Amino acid sequence: MSFKFTPENLERINAEIKKYPKKQSAVMAALYIAQEQNGYITTEIMNEIAQLLDMHPHDVLGVVTFYTMYHQKPMGKYHIQVCTNVSCMLRGGYEIWNQVKNKLGIDHMQVTSDGKFSLEEVECMGSCGTAPMFAINEDYFENLSKEKVNEIIDTLKNKN
Amino acid sequence: MEKIVLPDIKDFHKLEVYLQHGGYTAAKKAFTQSTDDIIDQVKRSGLRGRGGAAFSTGLKWSFMPKTTDKPKYLCVNGDESEPGSFKDRQIFEFNPHQLIEGTIISCYAIGAKVAYIYIRGEYHKWIKLMQKALDDAYAAGYVGDKMKETFGTDFYCDIYIHKGAGAYICGEESALMNSIEGKRGYPRVKPPFPAQNGLWGCPTTINNVETITNVPPIINKGWEWFASIGEPKHPGTILFGVSGHVNKPGVYELPSGTLLTDIIYNYAGGIPGNKKILCVIPGGSSMPPLRGDQIEGVKMDAESLRAAGSAIGTGGIMVMDEDTDLVKVLARIAHFYHHESCGQCTPCREGTGWLEKILKRLVAGKGSVSDLDLLITVANQIEGNTICALGEAAAWPVKFMVERFRDYFEQRVSKEISLPVANKVHSMRHTVIPVEEIKH
Ligand SMILES: Cc1cc2nc3c(=O)[nH]c(=O)nc-3n(C[C@H](O)[C@H](O)[C@H](O)COP(=O)(O)O)c2cc1C
Ligand code: SF4
Ligand code: FES
Repeated sequence: MSFKFTPENLERINAEIKKYPKKQSAVMAALYIAQEQNGYITTEIMNEIAQLLDMHPHDVLGVVTFYTMYHQKPMGKYHIQVCTNVSCMLRGGYEIWNQVKNKLGIDHMQVTSDGKFSLEEVECMGSCGTAPMFAINEDYFENLSKEKVNEIIDTLKNKN
Repeated sequence: MEKIVLPDIKDFHKLEVYLQHGGYTAAKKAFTQSTDDIIDQVKRSGLRGRGGAAFSTGLKWSFMPKTTDKPKYLCVNGDESEPGSFKDRQIFEFNPHQLIEGTIISCYAIGAKVAYIYIRGEYHKWIKLMQKALDDAYAAGYVGDKMKETFGTDFYCDIYIHKGAGAYICGEESALMNSIEGKRGYPRVKPPFPAQNGLWGCPTTINNVETITNVPPIINKGWEWFASIGEPKHPGTILFGVSGHVNKPGVYELPSGTLLTDIIYNYAGGIPGNKKILCVIPGGSSMPPLRGDQIEGVKMDAESLRAAGSAIGTGGIMVMDEDTDLVKVLARIAHFYHHESCGQCTPCREGTGWLEKILKRLVAGKGSVSDLDLLITVANQIEGNTICALGEAAAWPVKFMVERFRDYFEQRVSKEISLPVANKVHSMRHTVIPVEEIKH
């Protein structure tokens, strides 16, 4: 099973390469683009990126495993990232974490059986002043309360 | 009080509004002066880094070699992942053009043709806002080769955003450079320092987002004006992010040297339920925590905080009321540093793991008072023995929290065990177990 970037995505990667004197610098952007196209990072993707950027596949793997935002297995359609670091914890971060866990019946880095939700306990997201918070995919939801959490997740449950 | 970094002007993030208020005139002024002049003004202004170490910005710039065949680089550090810090995000959202203008002036001063603004990956929204501002600035000729026409100079520079992908350590300047090079974010051994051997082996300066955003007003209004604001040794305003148990958490831009108690009680509205304060971490989770009875009269600037036994860090003030379980808080902090340790140095990799393990034991009520000494021993063995300052960042909160709250910790630990044992444990207070002898 080989992986190919779409022509548009190849173009995006080429634009990233132009920002730097060395191609390898575009590896983080290329991985984001691959994850967007494929949902998660596979060996084939790493090989393809290695070839595009004149890297050893092991070095691409090294980058994938170093950063928490690249996933090597499929995550849910809605990836919920709950911050439990100190500022959030002081304002109920763990209550939110437990609530989401119970509501979805999954734990850290697990996916619901229908593939709709996945859950991650994350470190400080820079929302300490609007704590507690979670992010769903790329969007932040701040100043959360139990009611708000229920509302957000129920809305997503009813959405396709 | 005039705000320098986050002025209260509606739609200031828009290029046309920024221009109406004198936007990009500081750059124009700067380009008529010599680079030495600019560095000198920034030095005299007293501007110090807002990324944690409060190092003189002008002095840092002066370390960049004047004569070199190699290209030079500027990295603007917007990794902002220190727990308790959420200030740079406000600049991306509300004042991106002043950051861009500061970046081109800084590039000019150090002779860099390219700047990378490194923004943490989770900040998708703020990366988009920043990219929009950058696109507008490029289109209007304030960045890129069109600068030559716009400003009537020979100088021009490019600015690119580099998106992180979830790693606190990439805020450490040498890890940040490795990350931009497309490698794992491992900190580098220093020396050589970035000004000699930075990005791709070339001279590089790294400054925090807030630091750079202060530059245009310094050029426009003069270093004397800036130097006169707040505490003379650490002048200007600082973005204080207040979080935890306060009524009005948020970012407050205030003169350096503002009283910590004023920030907590006046600006941030005091403690919910008028509770007492048990603990304050004044500069982000890496800085030594202060006891509630230590904060009276403490001013928020680098020197005053050092004298008070802590540090200014990123200005992230975390407030904990009297009902907070400090053992749980400390265990959570220890978990963070263990999770974020890059693993290159044994004392940090193993030590952070031990700190977390011991603290979790205390949380579970299975610890003993001797564990408190053990924590300090482990912390001491990390501190000073590592490649980067994450070692200290992990050691300090533990060491100072346990030392400063010794009675609290002893009580908290003892409460979980039966009384006769607690009495016995008390006498073991000064027993120190060497790390090698710890059993799993
Ligand atoms: C573990 C660690 C994390 C850091 N994270 C950041 C960060 O997110 N943002 C930042 O500006 N500086 C961070 N720093 C400090 C940088 O290494 C560097 O000192 C700073 O960016 C320099 O800018 P300044 O002189 O303008 O403060 C971090 C340092 C360490 C040791
Ligand atoms: S101190 Fe920790 S984070 Fe820093 S280089 Fe060593 S192992 Fe990595
Ligand atoms: S601690 Fe949760 S966002 Fe900072």
